[in-house]
Amino acid sequence: MATAIGAMTHTEEDYGLWSWLTTVDHKRIGAVYTVAGFLFFLVGGLEAVAVRTQLAVPNGTVLDAESYNQFFTMHALTMIFLAIMPMGAGFFNYFIPLQIGARDVAFPRLNALSLWIFLGGGLLLNSSFFLGGAPNGGWFGYAPLSSIEYAKTSGMTFYVVGLLTLGVSTLIASLNFAVTIINMRAPGMSMMRLPVFIWMVLVVAFLLILSLPVLTVGLLQLYFDRVWGTSFFSPATGGDPILWQHIFWIFGHPEVYVLILPSMGIVSEVLPVMSKKPLFGYSAIVFAGAAIGVLGFGVWAHHMFTTGLGPVPQVVFSASTMAIGIPTGIKIFNWLGTMYGGNIRFVTATYFSVAFIAMFTIGGISGVMHASPPVDGHHQDSYFVVAHLHYVLFGGAIMGIFSGLFYWFPKMSGRMLDEGLGKITFWLMFVGMNLTFFPMHFLGLAGMPRRIYRYDADLGWETWNMVATLGSYTIALSVFIFLINVIKTMRKDKDAGDDPWGGATLEWATSSPPPAHDFDVIPEVRDRDPLWHDRDHGIARAAVPEHNHIHMPPPSYFPLIVALGALLLAVGSMTHLSVLGLGVVICIYGVWGWALEPTD
Amino acid sequence: MAAAAHETQPATQHHTTMGIDNRKVLMWIFLASECLFFGALISTYLIFKGDSLVGPYPKEILNIPVTSASTFVLLMSSLTMVLAVYGAQHGRLGMMKVMLLATVLLGIGFLGFQAYEFTEFVHEGLGLTTNQFGSSFFVLTSFHGAHVTVGVLYLLSLLLASNRRTGLGHDRALHIDLAGLYWHFVDVIWIVIFTIIYLIPN
Repeated sequence: MATAIGAMTHTEEDYGLWSWLTTVDHKRIGAVYTVAGFLFFLVGGLEAVAVRTQLAVPNGTVLDAESYNQFFTMHALTMIFLAIMPMGAGFFNYFIPLQIGARDVAFPRLNALSLWIFLGGGLLLNSSFFLGGAPNGGWFGYAPLSSIEYAKTSGMTFYVVGLLTLGVSTLIASLNFAVTIINMRAPGMSMMRLPVFIWMVLVVAFLLILSLPVLTVGLLQLYFDRVWGTSFFSPATGGDPILWQHIFWIFGHPEVYVLILPSMGIVSEVLPVMSKKPLFGYSAIVFAGAAIGVLGFGVWAHHMFTTGLGPVPQVVFSASTMAIGIPTGIKIFNWLGTMYGGNIRFVTATYFSVAFIAMFTIGGISGVMHASPPVDGHHQDSYFVVAHLHYVLFGGAIMGIFSGLFYWFPKMSGRMLDEGLGKITFWLMFVGMNLTFFPMHFLGLAGMPRRIYRYDADLGWETWNMVATLGSYTIALSVFIFLINVIKTMRKDKDAGDDPWGGATLEWATSSPPPAHDFDVIPEVRDRDPLWHDRDHGIARAAVPEHNHIHMPPPSYFPLIVALGALLLAVGSMTHLSVLGLGVVICIYGVWGWALEPTD
Repeated sequence: MAAAAHETQPATQHHTTMGIDNRKVLMWIFLASECLFFGALISTYLIFKGDSLVGPYPKEILNIPVTSASTFVLLMSSLTMVLAVYGAQHGRLGMMKVMLLATVLLGIGFLGFQAYEFTEFVHEGLGLTTNQFGSSFFVLTSFHGAHVTVGVLYLLSLLLASNRRTGLGHDRALHIDLAGLYWHFVDVIWIVIFTIIYLIPN
């Protein structure tokens, strides 16, 4: 099956279903990740709209308490694990090899495996809606809300098994990305010449590699509590519900940076190109990113100030949480410095990036407020926290991802998204998100708790709740217009060319979309902004050798088989040991076939 | 590879930035992740130390001589693993295969000890759900045992593959080296677990 693709014949490609199921091409895998992540984003968005509709007026009747619990839990799980992370992973897959000048990731088949396990895990988690009820104990799954006494449906078991499955997928992908970035760089691409986006991916990969195993242990313990009758987290028999909170947030806080750092990387790519200036303070932004990664492991207990940690831990975690604001602030000034004095092109990608800075700053500042235990005690479990986290995750992560979608869509599809529709999308989304989430600050300070499914009319919360609900409809409209934009764009001819933005990084040095082997000749890197450097110094792109036979890894169906085995393992752990055993056998068969499969 | 560019440009193999094979970098980073996995399990054990509401308590039930013997068996398996790596690196295939087999058998021996220990504990009234000691002990040690089992299957697969006509191919030394890294890691983790559960007085 090995195919040698001539340098000039980019069209010999197979787009049948089987070719997608067996692909090991990082670009195809990245595209599937992005599309799947976006579809889950729509699902999570609809769940949010249902929640907001229920809360629009006092004593809403759209959802009952049980379905409300399922909807807000699944909204969070979907957005975090099935939308933001996979859309990030889509960009990582697509652009790591292109930006570091490689032909693929370090382990193309592992890459396919992580994709299939992710899809299986996402479908498994969502199938719970039709199999006795979705998870209903919040994405944080606090004991005893997650324990069998209080969560009697199989929902929280789906939560445990679904997150374990997704965790395996994410761990595999993170290992792959880390090795690729460390070990697959083009000649001359030193660490301090890596695009900032790649640096942020590297930090994210290590955050996940070191935090996911902790969540895995917590989930396994919860699994044993729920299915096998242990009592890790039930105090009546000697367990400790606070232990779950520690374990969960040792994962959960690094996870916050996992969600935001990719968008910080995207903004750091978009702003220099759109300002026609190199990034201001490259090393400062890189070290700030790494510092966020390191400090991110030392702040988890600020989620737990109200659990009675005692004065010393409160002081320590309060100080570390304030400290992590410093590298974050550095980055914000770097982005402003990049735009300052630049020749700025206000395209849609720029709009989203600038909005990212502003919105993320609001979310960051309300975050630092929670670093103070007395203030945190006032805000805990109120809508103020909901406002804060959505300014970080919607105003931050999602705005950054949309900036990336507009910036990289031409590279991925060969077509420019419509700028007019893009700006309508931006303004609707920008206004919509502020209408939705800013009033939640007021609601929180007025005492409205999180996660309640209805409220009485005489509490003074009606106006802002109605505003927030109208805002969420505005966001939904903006996403709808984005979809129209994508459909419209995909129906036109390819008009982007190799480098529509005058980009600085290597992905713009190949065709749009790139050939299967990415680069006809592996580029030589001489500067942090290699394309600008070569342009300014009149260095032409290396000529393509006459007989340029590039050997790409052949397609493989073993990742699909191993993923199927893993999925059966997951299903078996909830149903019957025979299914689990079958999963083990299929996994072993798949791994053996994988190991013995020739890759040359 | 630049000189041979007109022949083939390999997509993923051979050339790496650091000069270390991708698979080896992967294994090291994976083991870093495993450290946190066992770190969390061991922390849980320590947090619940002394929290059991009912017996049997650790000092009543732990059989230090038997577990010392099983620890010795696992330590010896690291020695045979080192010799298997040496054999693979120096082209002494007979030695490599014998030592792989010895490592597999010692690994199975350790698992046998663990099965015996678990059975004894259950007979003496300590089950998974008896108390906090039982829960944290069984979950920690059985996940370690699962890692040993994976290691045994891994080494056994290498042993079987090395008996094919083509053997383990030109990456033979690397394959055995990677398995060795994993095996030693699992061994080191056991040393930590043995010290914390059995040796430090309860």
